[in-house]
Amino acid sequence: MTKRYSVFAIAREAMRHHQGWERAWRSPAPKAKYDVVIVGAGGHGLATAYYLGKNFGITNVAILEKGWLGGGNTGRNTTIIRSNYLQDPSAAIYEKSRSLYETMSQDLNYNVMFSPRGVMMLAQTEHEVRGYRRTAHANALQGVETQFIGPERVKELCPIIHIEGPRYPVLGALWQPRGGTARHDAVAWGYARACSEMGMDIIQQCEVTAIHRSGADGAVSGVSTTKGEIACDKLSIVVAGHTGQVCGLAGFRMPIEAMPLQALVSEPIKPCMDVVVMANTVHGYMSQSDKGEMVIGGGTDGYNAFTQRGSFHHIEETVRALIETFPIISRLKMLRQWGGIVDMTGDRSPILSKTPVRNIFVNCGWGTGGFKAIPGSGWAMAELVAKGEPGALAAPFSMDRFREGRFIDESVAAGVAH
Amino acid sequence: MLTLTCPCCGVAAEETELVGGGEAHLKRQGPGSDDRAFEQYLFLRENPKGVHFERWRHAYGCGKWFHVARDTATLEVFGTYSAQVSAPPDDIRAVIFERRPGWSWREFA
Ligand SMILES: Cc1cc2nc3c(=O)[nH]c(=O)nc-3n(C[C@H](O)[C@H](O)[C@H](O)COP(=O)(O)OP(=O)(O)OC[C@H]3O[C@@H](n4cnc5c(N)ncnc54)[C@H](O)[C@@H]3O)c2cc1C
Ligand SMILES: [Zn+2]
Repeated sequence: MTKRYSVFAIAREAMRHHQGWERAWRSPAPKAKYDVVIVGAGGHGLATAYYLGKNFGITNVAILEKGWLGGGNTGRNTTIIRSNYLQDPSAAIYEKSRSLYETMSQDLNYNVMFSPRGVMMLAQTEHEVRGYRRTAHANALQGVETQFIGPERVKELCPIIHIEGPRYPVLGALWQPRGGTARHDAVAWGYARACSEMGMDIIQQCEVTAIHRSGADGAVSGVSTTKGEIACDKLSIVVAGHTGQVCGLAGFRMPIEAMPLQALVSEPIKPCMDVVVMANTVHGYMSQSDKGEMVIGGGTDGYNAFTQRGSFHHIEETVRALIETFPIISRLKMLRQWGGIVDMTGDRSPILSKTPVRNIFVNCGWGTGGFKAIPGSGWAMAELVAKGEPGALAAPFSMDRFREGRFIDESVAAGVAH
Repeated sequence: MLTLTCPCCGVAAEETELVGGGEAHLKRQGPGSDDRAFEQYLFLRENPKGVHFERWRHAYGCGKWFHVARDTATLEVFGTYSAQVSAPPDDIRAVIFERRPGWSWREFA
């Protein structure tokens, strides 16, 4: 039994020099066979496992990770959470996800530091004003709480914004008061701890190198890994930037392209903004972490690459955009920069789907914006894997939509890559 | 930062002068093609981790399109060649065979 985290546990441990804390999850050797094998221990893979156990009682599950858990995009993102998308299927899954974030710390008994501080997407052209008004109306119909606010309210909510910017004055903003941020690592660690507690095996440093099929219909039967052969009844591929590679092992192609996306953080400074601001026209966004660092993100490289660093000129572009939006940061020093490999689809919406191979399921295409979707995606994916058929949340996101022309176009809502 | 030599004007152009145009040598589809062919043409991508062939445009230079052979994992460039061909030329393929023995890419190797 994993010990509960609580204020009493902290007091107890303080009395005994913190020697009683145990590891948050086990690191077992793989078993010969599992009911479900999940490839990829990012947020989406771990959340899928968690809801398989919690909602469907399926706990004979292994989560295989080639590196360390949460070391992919889940540990590299800028943690913005919002659900102000335009299309109904997106609003449904992103709002489900956002609402699960509200109680995640309690559900997991792990502090994920969800901070619904409010997310503001600036409108800096007439087109954007019209686009965001439309989104606000759509959100009202979808039951997602957002509003279009004017420049005075923008300045009130975030005094450090330069409203009369040199190129693009701020004309208003789409404001989601219950959007915000959470601690990315904690989301992965919290799910990992809960999965381990339910008896699931999280196996790190274990890369899937082949996928095996058998029987008359060629259904999946197992995988080869760097830690040996593992048999399974069902396989769920949740590997973000490496979706093409892993699906290639099972013999089918995906409508996915991998590209580097970067972020950077500054030295810590005193609290100066308590909302998240995204400026899609000038292309940059920023929020302040609890440590005081300014967390900054910008554009993706415009070509396929697997180097987790990205091109320098994107940093220049992003920083230029943010200095014109927030002049007070012009002399701030940057501490760190890094990149992640994002999985982009043609309509900027994710894929939660059955595949051409029976009992292989795929969850990918979250691209530049899937941190916010982790709990909702896990919820919907667990249903798909458990029942073999998608529920209402996942059904619109099947991969055959690209063949059928049934796109879920979120190129506007996706906005600046985040 | 990526530097590609434009075969049209000979300039060694750096990334900010160039715009990527995606996977090369796709077979175009038109009226009469079925849904599967269109899906393949418009959305399904090779997206390899390794040797790749792409279209690029020297957008802020001579403005012309050309082809590039590149490694997406190391960013090594194997060469650039004319846009007017429907398969990678032999001299480019020879360079890749030398540096990446055993490489494969669609039907071209
Ligand atoms: C710089 C940056 C900023 C971002 N900002 C935001 C933001 O503000 N808000 C937001 O909502 N989203 C944001 N995102 C997007 C978000 O990070 C991703 O959509 C999300 O984290 C994807 O989670 P995942 O679990 O699908 O993938 P990942 O976390 O990448 O996990 C996939 C895992 O699969 C593993 N894997 C791959 N191949 C194999 C194999 N063969 N065998 C075993 N394991 C394998 C990988 O090692 C990896 O750990 C950002 C992304 C980046 C890069
Ligand atoms: Zn040129």
